[in-house]
Amino acid sequence: MPRKWGMAVDLDRCTGCGACVTACHAENNIPTVGPEQAGRGRAMHWIRVERYWEGEFPEVQLKFRPVMCQQCDAAPCEPVCPTYASHHTAEGLNAQVYNRCIGTRYCANACPYNVRYFDFFNPEWPKPLHLQLNPDVSVREVGVMEKCTFCVQRINATVGEAKAEKRELKDGDIKPACVQSCSARALVFGDLNDPESEVSRLSKEPRGAKLLEDVGTLPKITYLSRQSQT
Amino acid sequence: MSQASNRRLTEDLLRPMQQTSWRFWTLVLFLGTIVAAGLGTWFYQMYMGFGMTGINNPVYWAFYITNFVFWIGISHAGTLISAILRLVNAGWRRPVTRCAEVITVFALMIGAMFPIIHLGRPWLFFWLIPYPSSRLIWPNFRSPLVWDFFAITTYLTGSVLFLLLPMIPDFALIRDRTTGWRHWVYGKLALGWQGTTKQWHRLESAMQIMAIAILPVAVSVHTIVSFDFSMAPVPMWHSTMFGPYFVAGAIFSGIAGLIIAMATLRKLLHLEDYLHPVHFHNLGKLLLMMSLLWGYFVFAERLTVWYGNEPSEMEVFWVTQRGSFAPLYWTMVVCNFVIPFSILSLKKLRTITGCVVASCGVLVGMWLERFLIVVPSLSHKYLPYAWGHYRPRPVEIMITISTFAAMMLLYTLFAKLVPIISVWELKVGEHPFLLNVEEDRREHELWTTNP
Repeated sequence: MPRKWGMAVDLDRCTGCGACVTACHAENNIPTVGPEQAGRGRAMHWIRVERYWEGEFPEVQLKFRPVMCQQCDAAPCEPVCPTYASHHTAEGLNAQVYNRCIGTRYCANACPYNVRYFDFFNPEWPKPLHLQLNPDVSVREVGVMEKCTFCVQRINATVGEAKAEKRELKDGDIKPACVQSCSARALVFGDLNDPESEVSRLSKEPRGAKLLEDVGTLPKITYLSRQSQT
Repeated sequence: MSQASNRRLTEDLLRPMQQTSWRFWTLVLFLGTIVAAGLGTWFYQMYMGFGMTGINNPVYWAFYITNFVFWIGISHAGTLISAILRLVNAGWRRPVTRCAEVITVFALMIGAMFPIIHLGRPWLFFWLIPYPSSRLIWPNFRSPLVWDFFAITTYLTGSVLFLLLPMIPDFALIRDRTTGWRHWVYGKLALGWQGTTKQWHRLESAMQIMAIAILPVAVSVHTIVSFDFSMAPVPMWHSTMFGPYFVAGAIFSGIAGLIIAMATLRKLLHLEDYLHPVHFHNLGKLLLMMSLLWGYFVFAERLTVWYGNEPSEMEVFWVTQRGSFAPLYWTMVVCNFVIPFSILSLKKLRTITGCVVASCGVLVGMWLERFLIVVPSLSHKYLPYAWGHYRPRPVEIMITISTFAAMMLLYTLFAKLVPIISVWELKVGEHPFLLNVEEDRREHELWTTNP
């Protein structure tokens, strides 16, 4: 059976620290756009920590929800792309081929989660940060769409290594940057087609829910709802 | 009608082509400057990056897509109106059809630019076209944008043919009345037209076929444009009524555009004897009907959404109804319904001026309608954390203005090169029994023997 990559996000564990956001920026060569462009609504974070306040002051409660591409099985972004830049891989990932993208931005409109980001300008890194780019990830030019890939470069590298060493891939071998950097272990990544994997187990928990499930996108990310009241 | 008045008709209608005043050149220069500025702005946007626009996350479509839908809508002036009027053989159509068909062709050309202008990488727009390439990938035929490409190219081809066919006898008329390079050019365009009975029959049947064929094409084009929205799971976009709603709106704005164009031509080219108040009166009635139809669609859409009470849709509903978009929304209702309805439903006010005032309102209102379909939905999609705002920036405003100038420029140049009112159709209309052939041959001889 082909693998089906998925993730579980335990909202009870998430502290909203933002380490996942930073790690994602570093791993995936995501440019920081600066305060002016961010003020125009052009900040790019493939994963973002949404903050929702509930209740009236002083009985106010803050909730965090890390939101990244939900890697939908019925992804609205895919059929609308005229050039197949946004397409489904055999392992169920919503891939984005930057070189095919002509920038219609239709995929981003169709995405109910608003997790697709557009390069409004050619990316720039203040010196010496331009020396720390990840060589495994291409830098996107102006006019293309980009989004969370589940760190497909890490998936492919680890799968390749296991194959070269002629061993089976173990659950937890692959860690996208956000998962690796999450000190609270709120994020769990793995193969949903492997019933033994931790992500499969967590996804079946009764407190698991999909984000905007009624839109019918069949996301592969499960949010474990918050139980604690603190 | 005598030959003398026939000759006057020909002279009147060909006069704009023969006499060129400084006013024409001033107008061309003025409009040309704006169009050039618009093109320059587009290149500036490409050079600096798409971020020069006001587009942001989550409002990824805004002014450009609004303009796209608006201009494709305007393009429904010509073909639909003139095809319907031809098919039902409405006699008063004769001086109107060509004015209308030209709008179609130019508005389509302008509208079709916007999907390219709005691309992040416009230099790769040809990847939408299915052609065998080294990339070995076809376009994604599931994407409504690819449907758009086919719909618009089909409609453009069809409406160019629809415009050109009835121009052939007029080209021949000009050919016979000119010398030098003009004679040569119009001779080529006339495709060897001699006015024989056989040629007239062929022209008549070709036009009949085109008038029938263009109707489903015109309806499908704006339906497919509406599919750009209704195929995406976005609140207030994902609607089954968008197809007919868009087609009705397109015809509505098209008629308004036509009335304004006709009134301008009447004034500038002194066509008072050919474009009568009755033409405006009749088109005004059509506009009134479309205004009622538009009001019905909006009412049906709003009421259904309100009763459905779906949370994500209600956000968009309220933000347009009484939130930050409410001033635009109610301006739209006034421009599209209140003004045209109160002016056009009274016979006394259905004059040329009245029709033009109502049409200006409709153009503003229909532009706002498209804007209010595109932007509020995108800025208020499901997750409140990701909501956003949109404000246009100078680049978008300049390009939008320049498209209106481009329309006027193309129209001005066209009216200079081709009689904007079909000479032969008007003659046929005024001698319904003689029907053409004899008359045309005699007149042809008249012009060739007494130049």
